[in-house]
Amino acid sequence: MMNTTLQYILMIVMVLFVLTTIAAWLIWLERRMLAVWQNRSGPNRAGPFGLFIVVADTIKLFFKEDWIPPFADKTIFVIAPAIVAATVLMSFVVIPFAPGILIADLDIGLLFFLAMSSLGVYSIVLGGWASNNKYSLLGALRGASQMISYEVFMGLSLMGVVMLSGSFRLSDIVLAQKDCWFIVTQPVAFVVFLIAGIAETHRLPFDIPEAESELVAGFHSEYSGMKFGMFFIGEYLGVTLISAMLVTLFFGGWLGPAFLPPLVWFILKTFVFILFFILLRASLPRPRYDQLMSYGWKILLPVALLNLLITGGIVLMMTK
Amino acid sequence: MELIFYITAAITLISTIMVITRHNPVHALLYLVISLLSLSVIFFLLGAPFAALLEIIIYAGAIMVLFIFVIMLLNLGKETAIQEKEWLKPKVWIGPAVLSVILFAELFYLIGIPHQTSPVLQTVDSKVVAISLFRPYLIGVELAAMLLMAGVVGAAHIGQHKKLVFHRFLKEEEKT
Repeated sequence: MMNTTLQYILMIVMVLFVLTTIAAWLIWLERRMLAVWQNRSGPNRAGPFGLFIVVADTIKLFFKEDWIPPFADKTIFVIAPAIVAATVLMSFVVIPFAPGILIADLDIGLLFFLAMSSLGVYSIVLGGWASNNKYSLLGALRGASQMISYEVFMGLSLMGVVMLSGSFRLSDIVLAQKDCWFIVTQPVAFVVFLIAGIAETHRLPFDIPEAESELVAGFHSEYSGMKFGMFFIGEYLGVTLISAMLVTLFFGGWLGPAFLPPLVWFILKTFVFILFFILLRASLPRPRYDQLMSYGWKILLPVALLNLLITGGIVLMMTK
Repeated sequence: MELIFYITAAITLISTIMVITRHNPVHALLYLVISLLSLSVIFFLLGAPFAALLEIIIYAGAIMVLFIFVIMLLNLGKETAIQEKEWLKPKVWIGPAVLSVILFAELFYLIGIPHQTSPVLQTVDSKVVAISLFRPYLIGVELAAMLLMAGVVGAAHIGQHKKLVFHRFLKEEEKT
């Protein structure tokens, strides 16, 4: 009894440590990869390959003045950045990294992920509102409508996967892909989930709530110091989360040829998707806000529903 | 387990009271979100994880965000807080307080009656929910779907209007 509790706590601490470290180094990775794809050098001064720029960045964030504007709603202003980091980290609770390496194998793991990602909206909405600044408010409004809309397609696109595996439990979903990854049987769902995932993490090209060229910095214009850092880390954690979910749901999770351990497979696949997210940032322009919304409701929603219908029909035929 | 139940129940009650007494509408809505979250924990404790998560996804994650969205658009400032303060005079509380004390007394009495059978907790997972929704209660699901459809059509009808394009140099022209 004591041992299992200790093991749990150890696992939680380990996952937390690894995730925050990864999120921090992703900043370096992103800047380096952007530089590669845009034919520049990128950060290359501090340490080998400029790796220590992360340390410098972190120290800078910690020692910057943590300013709360006098016109802001103070409590909510302070709470908002914590929400994004907390909800994203909570989502990692249900992700099976490898057999045995997961924190909670919930019956309803997939729903738990959806619930946590739907709560993540609050950080943007409240942060933007509490700043009491027109740019922030505009960013918050955009963020709220964008994330609420794309949540719908996100949930709908995943239901095909649930139908095929017959479970909301993420480890069951991984095991159901033993013969054939769901990317083969559910390619449409994969595309819809990928697009919705980018919109949920409000990464480029869908970084409309931030949109630095039109809204200064959108919902976090007024944030500085470690509070800004929380939004920043939250964004990178979100990228890691969506990549991990893509791998778990469509690319067989930890499954792979036996010459590498399962955990390594999982990390490798996740890494590929993180790189893909960065490539998107390097290559695509930002759509207009109304374009994003009409694209979602007029194309993604019908496509997700059709995919659901067809999958349901095929499953029904196969079982008969 | 019982201790967790009492703690969450207390949080639910306190946050619900806070919803009513806050003068700032956004703060009130945030307490409502907390109340919904703690309700979902109670659902979880009662062995209904599916209902618990739906509570978070639909109520806390979607409907409340829309509420806050609307309140944000209304841009209610300090004047509304003052107005609220004036409306919520201590006198107003007497009626509701008396009524809820009566309800509380009834509840207290009912809890005091010894039970014949103690309820057995049974976890209701998503499969059981789905089977009961799509077998005995199928008609209910279909009727709810029709109702929602009517709502969607109505909203689309209200939202539809001809767009007028105003421009500094160009003449006003109609665009559908």
